[in-house]
Amino acid sequence: MVSHITRRQGMANSYGSSKKKPIGGMILFGMVSFALYAVLLVKQDMVNEYIGLGGLYAFFPILIAFIISFVHGSFTGKFWTVLGIEASKRKKEVK
Amino acid sequence: MHDIVSAAANFIHLDVVNVLYLFAVGFVGGLVSGFIGSGGAFVLTPGMMSLGVPGLVAVASNMCHKFPKALVGSIKRAKYGQVDVKLGIVLGISAEAGVLYGAHIQEGIKKSFGDAGSNLYVSVAFVVILAVVGGFILRDAWKTYRSGNMHEEEEKVTKLARWVQSVNIPGTMVYFKSLNAKVSVLFTIPLGFATGMLAATIAVGGFIGVPSMIYVLGAPSLMASATELVIAFVMGLGGSFKYALHGLVDIRLAMIILAGSLFGIQLGAIGTTYVKPFMIKVVMGIIMVIVLFSRGLMVPVYMSQLGLIHTLGETTVKALKSTSFAIMALALLLGAFIVLRAMWQGRRAERAATQEVLEHGKI
Repeated sequence: MVSHITRRQGMANSYGSSKKKPIGGMILFGMVSFALYAVLLVKQDMVNEYIGLGGLYAFFPILIAFIISFVHGSFTGKFWTVLGIEASKRKKEVK
Repeated sequence: MHDIVSAAANFIHLDVVNVLYLFAVGFVGGLVSGFIGSGGAFVLTPGMMSLGVPGLVAVASNMCHKFPKALVGSIKRAKYGQVDVKLGIVLGISAEAGVLYGAHIQEGIKKSFGDAGSNLYVSVAFVVILAVVGGFILRDAWKTYRSGNMHEEEEKVTKLARWVQSVNIPGTMVYFKSLNAKVSVLFTIPLGFATGMLAATIAVGGFIGVPSMIYVLGAPSLMASATELVIAFVMGLGGSFKYALHGLVDIRLAMIILAGSLFGIQLGAIGTTYVKPFMIKVVMGIIMVIVLFSRGLMVPVYMSQLGLIHTLGETTVKALKSTSFAIMALALLLGAFIVLRAMWQGRRAERAATQEVLEHGKI
């Protein structure tokens, strides 16, 4: 019981102290993500032309998808963290 | 060269309204996917087609947003210890074979019976599979609710899964951490294959993948829905590449949907840590049963186009189509609402518990 309460208190403290929020990272990834989307939409005619060729150019959309998923995914993850929406601290692991 | 020109001409003009629409649908689809492992595609593909995107480009672009979304979602859920990567890859590879075979069957039906025949096949597959599997999941969720065990973290392994885990076929046994048991790949291959075939037919393989992992293999619901994201990644990557070889991916559409869905999938994944495993079944079952009605409405339309029943008037067809799409959108929105509500309640309960402990601490 004691250990239970201690664990809970530890959890409560971690709420109270609130870890440093990744505001800088969010802004950085957000800006890069915005820039990537801007390039994609501004140069959409050229991008479409190459992707429409198919064949070896098939790697092109896959590569774009991986890059954007990394950058934009990092941004959205940090976005929710900054807003304070994080995973439950009680249940980190499913057994 | 003509093909290439016509393929490039398939890419529609995008305006601000279209972009916002795709972003919003992507967000809701992502939210549900992050939670139950799949979903969203059944609204996205017709949603894109309603903007004037040709069917094949819509399917290809949907797939190209799916694999990066699934990748981000599975990484997030792996952090919560919910992903069985090995099971995901094993099922994903056989699912890839199922996708190819499913697409081959689709082509055959299209050649023999035309677009209406192909649409009828898709709708009937939707109705039959969703009725059987969705009905089963909802029944199971209802039984759990009635028995009052819905707050339990541990789920009961079905008799079928216990039997599957007990069969020992030398040379084919693989240990999976989500099952905490060795299972013969001779069981996982047909399940993966069926998941892939369904993905090629109705775009949502998870409606077979997740229930089969839970009820046939014996995986916990949370792990099954998280592992489905790995399967979706493997299937989506292979499928996207196949479509990209023919120049059919509209990367702008795919990435705009991805922009919304990456917000959604992170939130859906976070949501799974606040709910009881039972909620995964509730959300999945409800969505499946509502979508079933949506596709069921379209069956008479395609039957009339094939001349199997008397011809329906243009107004009736339009009304059925709009109602069908509206019900499908409702299914997704309702799913998203349940996820957000469950998450909100979970967070509130956790805060209340924390507050209580703090107050006790002061005393």
